[in-house]
Amino acid sequence: MSTRSLAEPAAIPRARDIAASIPDPELPMVTIEDLGILRDVTEDDQGRVHVTITPTYSGCPAMETIRHDIVTGLELAGYQHVDVEFVLSPAWSTDDLTDEGREKLAAAGIAPPGPVRDAGEPVPVTLSVRCPQCGSLDTRESSRFGSTACKSLWVCRACREPFDHFKAL
Amino acid sequence: MDMPLFDYTVGLADDALVSAQRMGWWISRAPELEEDVALANIGLDQLGQARTLLTYAGELEGEGRTEDDLAYLRDDREFRNVKLVERPMTDFGVAMARLLVFATYQLHLYRALATCDDATLSAVAAKAVKEVAYHVDHAAHWVVRLGDGTDESHSRMQAALDAEWPFVEELFEPLDPVLVGRVADPSAIRDPALDDVRRVVAEATLVVPEVSPALAGGRQGLHTEHLGYLLAEMQHLHRSHPGATW
Repeated sequence: MSTRSLAEPAAIPRARDIAASIPDPELPMVTIEDLGILRDVTEDDQGRVHVTITPTYSGCPAMETIRHDIVTGLELAGYQHVDVEFVLSPAWSTDDLTDEGREKLAAAGIAPPGPVRDAGEPVPVTLSVRCPQCGSLDTRESSRFGSTACKSLWVCRACREPFDHFKAL
Repeated sequence: MDMPLFDYTVGLADDALVSAQRMGWWISRAPELEEDVALANIGLDQLGQARTLLTYAGELEGEGRTEDDLAYLRDDREFRNVKLVERPMTDFGVAMARLLVFATYQLHLYRALATCDDATLSAVAAKAVKEVAYHVDHAAHWVVRLGDGTDESHSRMQAALDAEWPFVEELFEPLDPVLVGRVADPSAIRDPALDDVRRVVAEATLVVPEVSPALAGGRQGLHTEHLGYLLAEMQHLHRSHPGATW
């Protein structure tokens, strides 16, 4: 005999799965889960979903779009009450990127970040970044800031291709 | 209301907000396209810090003011930023000299603030520390490149430091005594922050100017004439079209 309602059992993982599948608006090859900015998804017994996300950078202009995309994605799946909370602590780090996320970035021609080093030295050194096109380490930074806050611009001396690098933060 | 904490938070926010507005001025005017992008990104980080801080200030005040109310509907006498960040920049050397000083100050202050007991301020600071470390790095590279560059770039970089230095001391004003132990004290980070700046200045073959500090007062709402013009531009749209969205 089953007394379980149709709506309840699989609902919690489903809300989480839907939120986890939302692509980043500026890096659509990775999801917000790949980026490590999806912190938590909870659902109460009324079917209300609470999603917690964290920005990559304080001024990340994509946050409102991500909030909208999460709400829309969950509403399309039948969830009526969705709220999205932004949290800052603990601060996001590129170490939060998943291995799958790193592979997707590299496949899209964006060199994934190396491990985070201790920041704040007045004149730090820059380590080389592997070219995502040809794999060479003979690359140079052409601009410390790129098309989004999280990237810098590099050029490969071996294959001559420019590429984005996801900065370690 | 916790007025000293409100003033402190607004001071941090206004420093970042006004600096972000000045950074935005460089877009299309920087010496190379990459630098347009760099200064826009730095300004965006500062704007992000300011937004969270102003939202928190509104909560501390408890009168329902939002980040937009505080950013767009205060007049110059209500702004609490230091004078360093509000003055116009007409030379790229000035932009880099100022960024070096300001970001180094922010780095040390935010590092200290990240360990304070206030949950919101410590979270904002822990996040911002990583961003401003990159700003320091960027400014330091330019100051060294220009200072230790051609005769022309050296003399302009030195002139820039000379122009900014009178406004450095105001950054390190002592904390309101009632806040001691609760938040980061700017006067306590003065020496380590200035040591960092001096190290970069020395590597750039420049000298730290021997000048008297300019009249302070930014934290009390006493500003140079330039802030009014900056606010007129920054606030115009919001005031002319209240509640407008897109």
